[in-house]
Amino acid sequence: MEVRVANVRKEFERFPALHDVSLDIKSGELIALLGPSGSGKTTLLRLIAGLERPTRGKIFFGDEDASQKSIQERNVGFVFQHYALFRHMTVADNIGFGLKVRHGPSRPPAQEIRRRASELLDLVQLSGLEKRYPAQLSGGQRQRVALARAMAIEPKVLLLDEPFGALDAQVRRELRRWLREIHDRTGHTTVFVTHDQEEALELADRVVVMSQGRIEQVGTADDIYDTPNSPFVYGFIGESNALPVKVENGEIWLADRPIGLAAPHAPEGDATLYFRPHDVELLDGCSGCIAGTVAASRRVAGTRRVELEIGGQRQRVEIELPVGHPAAQKSRVAFRPGRWKLFPAA
Amino acid sequence: MTTAPAQAGWRFKQPSVIPGFGLTLGFSLAYLTLIILIPLSGLVWRSASLGWTEFWAIATDRRTLNALEISFGTAFIAAAVNVVFGTLVAWVLVRYRFPGRRIVDAMVDLPFALPTAVAGIALTTLYAPNGWIGKLLLPLGIKVAYTPLGIVIALIFIGLPFVVRTVQPIMEEIDKEVEEAAATLGASRFQIITRVLFPGLAPAIITGFSLAFARGVGEYGSVIFIAGNLPYKSEIAPLLIVIRLEEYNYPAATAIAAIMLALSFVMLLIVNLVQTWSRKRYG
Repeated sequence: MEVRVANVRKEFERFPALHDVSLDIKSGELIALLGPSGSGKTTLLRLIAGLERPTRGKIFFGDEDASQKSIQERNVGFVFQHYALFRHMTVADNIGFGLKVRHGPSRPPAQEIRRRASELLDLVQLSGLEKRYPAQLSGGQRQRVALARAMAIEPKVLLLDEPFGALDAQVRRELRRWLREIHDRTGHTTVFVTHDQEEALELADRVVVMSQGRIEQVGTADDIYDTPNSPFVYGFIGESNALPVKVENGEIWLADRPIGLAAPHAPEGDATLYFRPHDVELLDGCSGCIAGTVAASRRVAGTRRVELEIGGQRQRVEIELPVGHPAAQKSRVAFRPGRWKLFPAA
Repeated sequence: MTTAPAQAGWRFKQPSVIPGFGLTLGFSLAYLTLIILIPLSGLVWRSASLGWTEFWAIATDRRTLNALEISFGTAFIAAAVNVVFGTLVAWVLVRYRFPGRRIVDAMVDLPFALPTAVAGIALTTLYAPNGWIGKLLLPLGIKVAYTPLGIVIALIFIGLPFVVRTVQPIMEEIDKEVEEAAATLGASRFQIITRVLFPGLAPAIITGFSLAFARGVGEYGSVIFIAGNLPYKSEIAPLLIVIRLEEYNYPAATAIAAIMLALSFVMLLIVNLVQTWSRKRYG
């Protein structure tokens, strides 16, 4: 089911949590809402679920305007960070709950509900635990039960709020891969909220980066990582360097020297240059480059991080070198950013 | 329930490495013996001096039976009423924010603090045929003061805080997300309350019930003013004990007390067992 968020604004007691947010989610897509806390990602998810009502704007499921419908009528599957299982019910009763509370002919017979519950338990790889109570399960198992419970009602959209947030790193990675598999097999349109960029970039078809109640950028992991479209995305996703520069005659100047990058369309004057530590080209001589003295050098996994002090103001930047690269031994390194972007000075 | 197999037979639960198990257990037992066990066994011992036939005669005396029936019956009804309305009061206090909430919250505890005789007199004044409320009820043919109904009202007053104060903290712990989860699964408000919230509260409600009930069975001060104390009709067992004492009939007094004790103990034990069972299930 396609989901369309159209110009939604949400205020909590006059305090805006979302400003005019629009987002199209394709049918069958796995999409991540990524942002720091307070960015409005959970609010957006809860608005789609109907757990909050928008102050302005509409939310469409397919062609239907869902914003007028109650939570019960929306038929969404929602998975909470802290599971929110019914602790007085067995695992099977938890999963069957959504079917049991139905009325009239849409309610399947008890036997069918039981069959469906054990089918879903197979899907989430917890066969045989029907009779357990949530208190007798581990965190990872509880979250799987919560997912099975959400899928039991055949939801139009599956919404997950920091689903792995309460689990330890090992279980998280495992469940991440497993969620991807389940998604590929069932094809539910899925939206999940996370503040973990690795999780978002690895798992989602598209990532929605949010900050301060606004969507900063929507795109695939490659789009977001390689061509961030705002200083925020540069800073929030992965690592980046920011250098204060000047644009003159279509060229970028650092202090009083041109660094060999052309910016013919950028407005003249002060600007900030952003680039990634690994996206640099090392140079021998320095006519049109950034040069600095090595201030620190660290080994990080398969690469070496070198911290450089640049110019009279001792701006620090970090670049990444292959381990064993001769430049790491030198006291002075010259480079030029490969992929970069200019933003007006803040 | 494969993770926690039931242990066979009697066994001490392995104490933790933190010292103090022996000392604290010893102290608890000595304390309970001194405060509860010795006085109560004295009671049983005293009534045992009666001899079985005499004891049986007192126990099956019409007046004794009626008094016990009134005591336990009214306490049961009052506790049941308190469960319904006490839970409601707790709900309002936990769920809603309104001006004066703190005052209402504090008011709930008043029956704890008020001398019970004061409560009894106040209620009698209100519910007597010429009192504010009694006057309104009289034309409807309802007599409250000097009937078992009056006893029930006094016990409701006395027992309310027990239910509110046991249910309230558990209610505060209910995770809002659990309700939201139920709503997204399609459950109506009514279904959420009956199928999700209530079962979670049941153990606390049972505790509140048993406390209010136990308090009601033993209540004396407030009831004797409103009950009218007609033998066979509105005479409670504690009052009958006092009457026997005033007649210097100590064996009869202790016999009735021993019967009350046994009945109360059995009922509280049952409640406790129900509770252990539900705790085990819901963790």
